[in-house]
Amino acid sequence: MTHLEALEAEAIHIMREVVAEAENPVMLYSIGKDSSVMLHLAMKAFHPAKPPFPIMHIDTTWKFSEMIDFRDRTAEELGLDLIVHINKKGQDMDINPFVHGSAKHTDIMKTEGLKQAIDKYQFDVAFGGARRDEEKSRAKERIFSFRSAQHRWDPKKQRPELWNIYNSFKNKGETIRVFPLSNWTELDIWQYIHLEKIPIVPLYFSKERPVVERNGVLILVDDDRLPLEKGEKPMMKRVRFRTLGCYPLSGAVESQADTLPEIIQEMLLTTTSERQGRTIDFDSKSSMEKKKQEGYF
Amino acid sequence: MVYIDDLIAEDIDLYLKKHEEKEILRFITCGSVDDGKSTLIGRMLYESHMLYDDHLSMLEKDSKQMGTQEKGLDFALLVDGLSAEREQGITIDVAYRFFSTNKRKYIVADTPGHEEYTRNMATGSSTADVAIILVDARNGIMTQTRRHSFIVSMLGVKKIILAINKLDLVGYSKQIYDKIVEEYTTFAKNALEIKEITSIPISALLGDNITSSSDNTSWYNGPTIMDYLETVKIEGKNLSNPFRMPVQWVNRPNLNFRGYCGTIASGKIEPGDKIRVLPGGKNSTVKSILFDNKELEIATSGRSVTITLEDEIDVSRGKMIVSAENPGGEADQFQAHILWLSDDAMMPGRQYIFKSNSQTASLNLGKLKYQINVNSLNHIPAKDLKLNQIAVCNIYLDKRIAFDSYKENKTTGGFIIIDKITNHTVGMGLIDFALRRSDNIHWQSIDITKEQRALQKSQSPKIIWFTGLSGSGKSSIANILEKKLYSMGHHTIILDGDNIRHGLNKDLGFTEADRVENIRRVGEVARLMVESGLICITAFISPFESERRMIRSLVSEDEFVEIYVDTPLEICEDRDVKGLYAKARAGQLPNFTGISSPFEEPENPEIQIDTTKISPEKAADIIIEFLSKNHFT
Repeated sequence: MTHLEALEAEAIHIMREVVAEAENPVMLYSIGKDSSVMLHLAMKAFHPAKPPFPIMHIDTTWKFSEMIDFRDRTAEELGLDLIVHINKKGQDMDINPFVHGSAKHTDIMKTEGLKQAIDKYQFDVAFGGARRDEEKSRAKERIFSFRSAQHRWDPKKQRPELWNIYNSFKNKGETIRVFPLSNWTELDIWQYIHLEKIPIVPLYFSKERPVVERNGVLILVDDDRLPLEKGEKPMMKRVRFRTLGCYPLSGAVESQADTLPEIIQEMLLTTTSERQGRTIDFDSKSSMEKKKQEGYF
Repeated sequence: MVYIDDLIAEDIDLYLKKHEEKEILRFITCGSVDDGKSTLIGRMLYESHMLYDDHLSMLEKDSKQMGTQEKGLDFALLVDGLSAEREQGITIDVAYRFFSTNKRKYIVADTPGHEEYTRNMATGSSTADVAIILVDARNGIMTQTRRHSFIVSMLGVKKIILAINKLDLVGYSKQIYDKIVEEYTTFAKNALEIKEITSIPISALLGDNITSSSDNTSWYNGPTIMDYLETVKIEGKNLSNPFRMPVQWVNRPNLNFRGYCGTIASGKIEPGDKIRVLPGGKNSTVKSILFDNKELEIATSGRSVTITLEDEIDVSRGKMIVSAENPGGEADQFQAHILWLSDDAMMPGRQYIFKSNSQTASLNLGKLKYQINVNSLNHIPAKDLKLNQIAVCNIYLDKRIAFDSYKENKTTGGFIIIDKITNHTVGMGLIDFALRRSDNIHWQSIDITKEQRALQKSQSPKIIWFTGLSGSGKSSIANILEKKLYSMGHHTIILDGDNIRHGLNKDLGFTEADRVENIRRVGEVARLMVESGLICITAFISPFESERRMIRSLVSEDEFVEIYVDTPLEICEDRDVKGLYAKARAGQLPNFTGISSPFEEPENPEIQIDTTKISPEKAADIIIEFLSKNHFT
């Protein structure tokens, strides 16, 4: 058995456990490459049936428009039940990453939005595409990760996970985040996408796109909400994205890679890590742990 | 990420092709505190060129800030993820790390050395192929070294690397190295089942014998750590083992398709193979094996597949599809090794949840046969089991399950123990063998049924279970209730401290374990009373929700009536009919409920009586009214 076959079997095992034991599971779908892999695995796990749960996107309203197109097309082609949730309160407050800053924007539109949606639909288990190799505090999170009724994560109270047995008994009000891709690395994800020909958002591939440069980061001019600063002019560059989120918060990289092998090659030869393109990690070294305790996915 | 592999730049397609064929090796690092586990892993990541520039620059910054390594990089900082442990300089949880070489992908569980986190180490070793046991050359074999080695061995890890670390601090002394190896070998021969032990002298901090042979240990000719990991044979995928697949989920998208989903625990399967479904024992033949939209000609251990059968037989989650030729066993009583993972001690007699692969059952743990002192490996007598302790005992399930011994099959022989109240995983167990009893003792077939006995009495039998603090008024209400029921023509019996503690349970004291056992016996007696058609009234403090719930589960749902006599502690203490509270306050009565031992309020009692508002007489009437409404006669 190759390592990808082993990872694939493990993820499918985890998904089936959840479906057998959860009351009302949901798959969180962020439209990124990890979500694409997770969804692909779900299609395999339950074939010939459809995955017996809806997929849900927490829309911050600042995603790349190509992501939204891709999301809707994917759900339709696969015949899946797609839930899109927007934090209406945040929308009414007109939360805007340019005005309120990235931290506040992420907190309100993403973290709060997710909590709201889970409460609203009464989901008890939510699949997420997080990987342990992404960040140090993720490396210590269990595959079945419990959240209190207040959606908080307590790293000191994690249940031991033995063999491939998962304890999904939960207390009143508790919910579970389940991470079927825990043991995958970025390279595994790319390689699997390549091998299985899994569709991904075209933004991962290099193309001429209009960008502006800010504090050394290339920001795509995705729509007219991007306030151009004085003297700033969008320029056309061959760029692509290593990681996708809200467009004002995702830095593009200059690249010629427009095929999967080229993307993988570039990733293997590059010397900065994947999350560096995301501005939310810069705050402090324990920032991810703090965010997670507060309920960030 | 800077791989040294030139192929990446020159021929990415060929590189990918090669990378696709890699296997996974899982290993754990364990050993005593400060033996250098995190440093070793950090070093491996560094030497395998798995670090990005931004990670490295963060590491340089952190190393300076923490100031633990004057000379250079502190690799432990890279691995110790949670901020608490970064500040204390220790690892407090299992961290999973990944790296790959040209041959293999590695999943590393970095597990803690502190005794209180032994459970995390057990977690890491449950899935490991290889264990790296680190020993600080200056200290030699420590208690933790023995403890971890024993757990690793008990959990069925087949191979150990004994890495004698910090050799730089003892002048790369061969003598010291040899002495530690000898001591460990003697220990392993006596205590461990692992026969394959490879010793390697290293310095994780300086990189000796990690990826390349060190000039500092010219007296050593064996493999480096990485040499060993790259070439060691990965076991556990032996296809000649009998086929086992626990059924996780039944796939029924329409009436024409019924597939059984699961991960193959051992062996292989092909269409046409004869199988059996356990427990139960129905036979059938494999019709097809599906994965995604492909039909497979063969599927092997480790794969997650969907199987269809020729015959329509009852297969659901919790059943296991096994080879008809070599089916393994089914039973409901076992001897098992138990490792306790919770701060709350294990109580023999208390009911827990048993979970093994997809099978769940109610679990009673029998009296401990013995506890294993993991330092001396002696067997010692014990009544209960505390965090990190290991014991051997019999376990009793409420239904039969399919199983193998853990030594034969980790998936079908390993289980976890879940607390019914907190829902936490509180223990783990390994099945040794099934007890003969469950095969041989059949329930006496009884011709006169409970219903017939009840009919003779013209009543529906019940357990009326009073719970509440000492002095709350349980016995007073119970007595009045019994008189009233008697006058109505019912056949009743009261069980209370007076007639139980002085007779049946006079061997029991007041420790938590004894109190659990006390209530368990009362429950069993009450159940027999219900079997004989009686209305059994009990009056015990019965402070623990889990015990009350256990007794409720002994009889039918409508046969158990829980009555919570709710009297505030101050009032009970004020009354202090027997003078017990005064004694308890004076410290003369240990484990006294309400004072030095908790009372867990019932979550959903059928009746709750506030004695500050309701007289005992009125309380008895309320209970009779409840009984009448619930088809009592």
